Amino acid sequence: MNGDAALLLLADSRLPAGGHAHSGGVEEAVRRGTVTGAGDLARFLRGRLATAGLVTAALAAAACELAAVDSGGSAGRELRAACDPGPPPADDAADGVPLWRRLDAEADARTASPAQRGAARTQGRLLLRTARRMWPSAALDALARAVPEGPHHPVALGAAAASAGCAPRQAALAAAYTSVTGPATAAVRLLGLDPVTVHRLLADLAPALEDTAHVACASLDDAVPADDEPDGCGAGHHQGRQPGRHPERQAAWQAARWHALPGHSAPALDLLAEGHLTNPMKLFVS
Amino acid sequence: MTAVTARALIRTEAAGGGRTRLETLRSDPPLTLRQTGPRRVHLVSTGAGPLRGDHLELGVDVAPGTSLEVRSVGATLVLPGLADTPSVMVVRARVGAGATLHFSPEPTVLAAGCVHRLVVRLSLAEDATVFWREEIVFGRHGERPGRGRARFDATVAGRPLLRQDLLVGEEAVDGSPAVYGDARCVGSTLIAGPAWAPPAVPDVKRERRAALGDGWAALPLAGPGVQVCALGADAVQLRERLRRGEEAAATSPPTTPPATSAPDG
Repeated sequence: MNGDAALLLLADSRLPAGGHAHSGGVEEAVRRGTVTGAGDLARFLRGRLATAGLVTAALAAAACELAAVDSGGSAGRELRAACDPGPPPADDAADGVPLWRRLDAEADARTASPAQRGAARTQGRLLLRTARRMWPSAALDALARAVPEGPHHPVALGAAAASAGCAPRQAALAAAYTSVTGPATAAVRLLGLDPVTVHRLLADLAPALEDTAHVACASLDDAVPADDEPDGCGAGHHQGRQPGRHPERQAAWQAARWHALPGHSAPALDLLAEGHLTNPMKLFVS
Repeated sequence: MTAVTARALIRTEAAGGGRTRLETLRSDPPLTLRQTGPRRVHLVSTGAGPLRGDHLELGVDVAPGTSLEVRSVGATLVLPGLADTPSVMVVRARVGAGATLHFSPEPTVLAAGCVHRLVVRLSLAEDATVFWREEIVFGRHGERPGRGRARFDATVAGRPLLRQDLLVGEEAVDGSPAVYGDARCVGSTLIAGPAWAPPAVPDVKRERRAALGDGWAALPLAGPGVQVCALGADAVQLRERLRRGEEAAATSPPTTPPATSAPDG
């Protein structure tokens, strides 16, 4: 199994996780007149992919990687519990809960706009709820415990991808894909554009989608643990050395690299997201 | 033309009675520093540039309980050079417990043909306060901008507060209505400290609301800070918009009005 079929399910707009309710800033751009037709939309989507798309792809890849390690640790714990039938240890640290909080905080630090954080958490909460029923796993349970108010969408997406059997690159691709397909579909409805014309724009973006997933994973692979954020990583594994095979140490080492993940910001998207909240007639949540 | 490497340093120390003394003021041309007030330093550029290949580093160390203001005399004009490597400017700042840093240099102008990398690493102690403004102008009047990438990392007691990259002069972002639209300048101001701490219990339904104006927004962060972001047609308009946002952020510390809750389907 290589996760391809699961990837299709995860990226499908018919996945019942509420993604259709978000326009990713397109509705406000249409209201302000900065997106009026297919040409503007093409530039909008390309810029969105190069900024928010890359950031979400990198976070999704990181979450997928963490979930894979985390479930390894949890499997070991379940094994221990089966051998020693007593009350399970109430130690959150063993479940990776602090690491999930830390990754979600990295997403927060890359999302200056409170409106965008709100939209990301709403979508993340719904996706996590759906994923826990479709692909139940210890990692998804830990994520839900770690961020009860709802994790950022790419964090939930990466954890769901791992639970469905996808690799980090597939999680990154799904995140990049959803960063432009939702806005594109919204534009069709808002501007009455020809759906085939808009899907042609998405087809033109296919190479950029693959590049984005590649760059996102490379940013994770190339990153070395933070050297000047003393209590920021909680790892203590410096000089970029790979830790041993112990799952918890491996997860901590991964977390120490998250500081360097891309944070490409798009000031116009921030302004659009906040402006959208002031629109009393809005059709989309964001 | 040869590439330049320079390392300048500003360090404060507590002088008793709550006063600040400049313990170190080390210039390294073209990064030249001048003390212009009891707690104020101006960056005086001596020589053109930076040019491609140059590597400039400024260290700012604000000791616990002290305060420092860093400004610059003029804009920084980043020019193309002969070397095939980018020009690099790194600013590393540490702000100690109870200390305050105000950092507001004049804009960085990315002249046509330049390739520039700006890196800011800002480490704040738990109760440090900072005002940090950054302005980037996309080329001189009427010219296409050079290429630039600015990375900004701010942490509070090691926890991430704000991590951003700005890309300028790349095909994917130039002219995109999602990124800069038709703006010719982008700027941001981070105002952070204990006064801007979010409510103790995080709750998505009570996410703090942004203040919003024409071309600017004051965005309450998830951590203890507000980021003002602005776009402008020129440097004058950009500064005016940033000032409005800074005023909104400073005069009305974040409150938690009942947010319009998003449908939760």
